[in-house]
Amino acid sequence: MFHDAMIVALKDVRIELRSKVLLNQLLPFVLVVLILFGFAIGTANQTLVQVSPGIFWVVAFFAAILAVERSLSVESDNHAKEGLMVYGLEPAGVFLGKLIAVMVECFAVEVVLGLGVVVLYGVKLHGVMLLILASLFATLGLASVGVLFGALSAATKVRETLLPLLVLPATAPVLLAATKAWEDGIVNHSGIGDPWLGLLVVFGLVFLAIGLVSFESVLED
Amino acid sequence: MNRSGVLVRLIGLLAIIGIVGTYWMGLVVTPPDVFQGNLVRLVYLHPPVAWVAYLAYGVTSLASIAFLWKRTRNLKWDRLAASSAEVGVLFTGLTLVTGSIWGRPTWGVWWTWDARLTTTALLFLLYLGYLAIRRIPGDRYKVGTRSAVAGLVAFIDVPIVHQSVVWWKTLHQGATVLNPSLSPKIHGEMAWTLLLGFVSFTLLYVWFTIKRYQVASMTDELEDVEVDRMIRERLESDGGVLSGGAPRAESNFVDGGSLK
Amino acid sequence: MAKKVAEVRDGVVLIGRFPAIANCNFDAYEGEVVYLSGPNGSGKTTLLRLLAGLVPLARGTATVFGLDLAQNRRAIRDGIGFCAHQSHLYDDLTVLENLHFAASALRLPKPTIDSLLDEFALPNRVRKLPAQKLSAGQRKRVSLAIAVMKSPHLLLLDEPHSSLDDDGKDMVDRLMRRYAEAGTTVVVASHETKRSAAIADRIYRFDKGATLGMQSSGQAEGLGDE
Repeated sequence: MFHDAMIVALKDVRIELRSKVLLNQLLPFVLVVLILFGFAIGTANQTLVQVSPGIFWVVAFFAAILAVERSLSVESDNHAKEGLMVYGLEPAGVFLGKLIAVMVECFAVEVVLGLGVVVLYGVKLHGVMLLILASLFATLGLASVGVLFGALSAATKVRETLLPLLVLPATAPVLLAATKAWEDGIVNHSGIGDPWLGLLVVFGLVFLAIGLVSFESVLED
Repeated sequence: MNRSGVLVRLIGLLAIIGIVGTYWMGLVVTPPDVFQGNLVRLVYLHPPVAWVAYLAYGVTSLASIAFLWKRTRNLKWDRLAASSAEVGVLFTGLTLVTGSIWGRPTWGVWWTWDARLTTTALLFLLYLGYLAIRRIPGDRYKVGTRSAVAGLVAFIDVPIVHQSVVWWKTLHQGATVLNPSLSPKIHGEMAWTLLLGFVSFTLLYVWFTIKRYQVASMTDELEDVEVDRMIRERLESDGGVLSGGAPRAESNFVDGGSLK
Repeated sequence: MAKKVAEVRDGVVLIGRFPAIANCNFDAYEGEVVYLSGPNGSGKTTLLRLLAGLVPLARGTATVFGLDLAQNRRAIRDGIGFCAHQSHLYDDLTVLENLHFAASALRLPKPTIDSLLDEFALPNRVRKLPAQKLSAGQRKRVSLAIAVMKSPHLLLLDEPHSSLDDDGKDMVDRLMRRYAEAGTTVVVASHETKRSAAIADRIYRFDKGATLGMQSSGQAEGLGDE
């Protein structure tokens, strides 16, 4: 399974490095949104700093949806998914591989987003360990649900509009917990004992497990 | 009409009588509340409706698991999951509406970020998504598997959603809006009315689900008939290409028996 | 008597509600080339996809390598090479990267690839091109190379001749013959009737989703070019 996961993940990351679809699509989007929020909320007081965790995660969520969407369209072009099946790759490995690639792409976006928040909003990062771990597990949960629902809705033409409707309500706890964990880190200087981190870990691991177990039926049937 | 048909009619009849009874008791027999006045009458409607929504999703979850498990895999479970989820979405919608109607005069707002309310709203969206996944075309077992996985995800997600929303409220905003002094004291005929409400709406759920299940079965049967017809048509349509394309080859067939 | 590799009895395959295969009876034995002939939309591609375990069987029975397709469609895939109408290639990766991916997915050593590239006449210049820049013929060569990479027991070829020049078509013919001689069962659907019929040991005629009948290759002269 890990062998299959590794080659699928490397393949997806390589495709992204070649095509730069996400790079060209996401990074400008991220910067524009950050600037727009700056205009909309205003730079007076500390408002921007206080709402920055929320802005960070809402943007990260939409970016993740785009990453999942791209990860799926790569497999539907030329019916490449069928190739994966004929090669005899393990479904759980395919799930894990796609998940890892999506996570890597999300992290790249989150780093840029984080820099943007620091530079543009003047946020001072505290509890860096908490922020990093929260991002790791939030992204795990988000990407697991995303890849799973993406594969479930792969057969429809309206996938692009359906995917956010499916993923966003299901991952509402991730959005809540990740935002709160970041708030605790930035505003309250909390450490990694933050209860929200615990929730993110549970959510991430539970949906990782569901994806691994159910991907065979999703991919095959 | 066979026995089960009579039973289904009976359930439907009882549900309707029960609901009419609940309305009569709720609107006419029971007194207004000391604090809430006539608003309290919604208490006979709102909790039973919410209970049915949760019951429906519970049934959907169990049926989804039964479908996913190889030994019990049967399209019956898929139909049950689908029927129950549709009724569930309807009742979740009603829960939100009745909750809103009660919340406006009580709390002064149509919507509040109360834990239970927020969970219910997310539940509504989750199962709308479930129904959307159901509509994605495919082989019947394929649709069943997809839906069952989505049902399972929703099932596991709901407690986490609820827990996270509860924390979100309690850790950061203190007491919830549900003020204990606003909760009506229930006794006597009010309790009976509420009980009647629960029973009749549960019966209504059972009736709706059975009916929806029957419609789903009939749709499947109709599709089977349709497929049979299409197979026959495909096979019976004149072999124009065959006779036109290679007339000499046809006579050479070793086994031409498939064309009925 | 050669070993039976695949068998379909009274098979029905539905695409949505449409019976893409309405009634199929089919056998394939070890080391033979089986040619599926028939007009577009007669169910040839669907049969190949069924044999690759990619579509479910709605009715009837089907076995490949003695394994029941209704029970497990995944178990058979180790022995199958499938060159589909769609190339299965990743457009943004180069030819070489696509082949490397397939090789590592199949757990084959990398040197296999070089000999394949030579065999399928893919020159150095082409190997470095991303798949989206390839001509249709070059694409076909790459997907053929991937299909035979793992030396399958059952080689399924959907229109292998299409978009190839005459040299390429000859190459496909040689390929089919060579693999059949080595014991692989080759099932091929193609509009190149003359070429295919000349190589085939047996021919199935398809029309409107049904196998109409079977010929041994000696009787194939009657099949004109369509």
